[in-house]
Amino acid sequence: MTIHFEATLTERNFDVSLDLARGETLAVLGPNGAGKSTLLSIMAGLLRPDSGRAFIGERTLFDLSAARPCWVAPHARGTALLAQEPLLFPHLSVLENVAFGPRSKGAGAAKSRVAARRWLEATDTQTLAARKPGELSGGQAQRVAVARALAAGPDLLLLDEPMAALDIHAAPLMRRLLKHVLADRSAIIITHDILDALMLADKIVILENGRITEAGPTRHVLGRPRSRFAAGLAGLNLVTGTAHGEGIDTAFGRIFGTRETELVPGETAAAAFPASAVSVYLDPPHGSPRNMLEATVTDLEPHGDAIRVRAGELAADITPAALADLGLVPGTRAYFVLKATAVTIYAA
Amino acid sequence: MPVLELRSRPMFRRGGAGYSAVPPWIYALACVGALFVLLPLLAMVAKVKWSQFIPLVTSESSLSALGLSLRTSAASTALCIVLGVPLALVLARGSFPGQRVLRAFVLLPLVLPPVVGGIALLYTFGRQGLLGRSLEIAGIQIAFSTTAVILAQTFVALPFLVVSLEGALRTAGGKYEAVAATLGARPTTVLRRVSLPLVLPGLASGAVLSFARSLGEFGATLTFAGSLQGVTRTLPLEIYLQRETDADAAVALSLVLVAVAVIVVALSYGSTRSKKARPGAAG
Repeated sequence: MTIHFEATLTERNFDVSLDLARGETLAVLGPNGAGKSTLLSIMAGLLRPDSGRAFIGERTLFDLSAARPCWVAPHARGTALLAQEPLLFPHLSVLENVAFGPRSKGAGAAKSRVAARRWLEATDTQTLAARKPGELSGGQAQRVAVARALAAGPDLLLLDEPMAALDIHAAPLMRRLLKHVLADRSAIIITHDILDALMLADKIVILENGRITEAGPTRHVLGRPRSRFAAGLAGLNLVTGTAHGEGIDTAFGRIFGTRETELVPGETAAAAFPASAVSVYLDPPHGSPRNMLEATVTDLEPHGDAIRVRAGELAADITPAALADLGLVPGTRAYFVLKATAVTIYAA
Repeated sequence: MPVLELRSRPMFRRGGAGYSAVPPWIYALACVGALFVLLPLLAMVAKVKWSQFIPLVTSESSLSALGLSLRTSAASTALCIVLGVPLALVLARGSFPGQRVLRAFVLLPLVLPPVVGGIALLYTFGRQGLLGRSLEIAGIQIAFSTTAVILAQTFVALPFLVVSLEGALRTAGGKYEAVAATLGARPTTVLRRVSLPLVLPGLASGAVLSFARSLGEFGATLTFAGSLQGVTRTLPLEIYLQRETDADAAVALSLVLVAVAVIVVALSYGSTRSKKARPGAAG
């Protein structure tokens, strides 16, 4: 059972074709105006392309290339959409909002409420059931919106930057919830945040100017970026290792940081941190910083106004002046120092 | 004295609400505008003979005219809702050729003299009219009946409901409806459970405006329905007739109409304000 999608829409310079195995989560990244939302709108049936077709398994969502074009209405597609804004119906209580999907599919009022309560529990929002959407915080509302989308029992979940409108406190909670609910669910998630893609998605596509410029398993694409956009994203360091108490043990040494998820000691975990947060020294700096990784410089490359210093998996952005000071060349043994606050650690 | 007040008001604003983009002299013109509306009303109230007020407004012809006005206005408001809601939905959400032209024509009664509307209705539903001839054969006669009053009122009041509701629909936007559809709701379910509840305040204020316009309808009614006591003589027609014979009665009835209008406006203002206040207080 796979999901296949191909569509063109000349008006928006959109020409995309992609496949997704059942249970897989696909992250779509790309600059603004690349056609990410167009992709979801066409998939959900809210926007009609010029040509193309899409299937979920044997079920047709649309097939405009057939002799008799077929266009299934949004309500019959089984593709629930979760947008940047929660868009909870303001006149209905939280419980009625979540019960909306089952009710619309023909379940009775009582049965729909039972299902709604189950999903409110699953998203840890059962205490909000009686409230009106206007009485919720942004994070709470978005969790309820997740519950509402899941209660509709979609075959494919479409998420359009679900964390973009949340504040920095609500976003990690939401990310954890999504990691849990997306685990064995077919989903397409649009995101600007590389961490979302790393944590939530099995596969990734980079969309630029209405075309897919890169596609593949998440780590593969970000590890060896070919497109400019992916290369820009790959400014994020991603080091894997073994979970150990507050941090992880890597080939370069122990790394401490903020834990995004609960860590089980001994299991595989990853640390993510921006290259711009790493500084490079030739000798161990004073004050014994918590995160000091010893590595051999392998590459130097210009990156915008900075110089990117690579040491295998590690990357650091330093100024040209600093490079001149340090006299780094490939083969130099150096110390990479990074603040623990800039590091996010999560279970891989 | 008013000039003194005008000068002190901006000072007060500066102290209270900070900056205001309204230059002080605008207040003077606004004041003239307000007086232009209020002064005639005051002049009329001053003319009311209070000793005879109750007997005048409770005379048989007055009560029958008032009753007829309220009944026909209620009926035409209902008709406006039945016809206007689909029109507003189609104009706000649909996209089809001729949409702009349709909107222009639906709004035409707003700018058309009501007498012209009455004549148009007469040539549609009258005995010799476009549909009237067939209706006559079927044994239905509309012109110069209470039905004609309702049709005349609906004709002039419909644009008020359509404009008000279309605006509300456009403001609400289609996002909630799109989400509802992806959750599995059929178009009719979306309309019933999402679109209409969301624009309920707009629908209510549109209905109130239609009711008020129906209540005041004169020209189209007189042309198309005539002036038969108890059948087609609504309050405005009664007032116009009384003015010729008994000016005091006309003034008293006018005051009744003003009172009804004020009550209607107050009701709608109160209801829309409480509706608007709710989400604000919640957030």
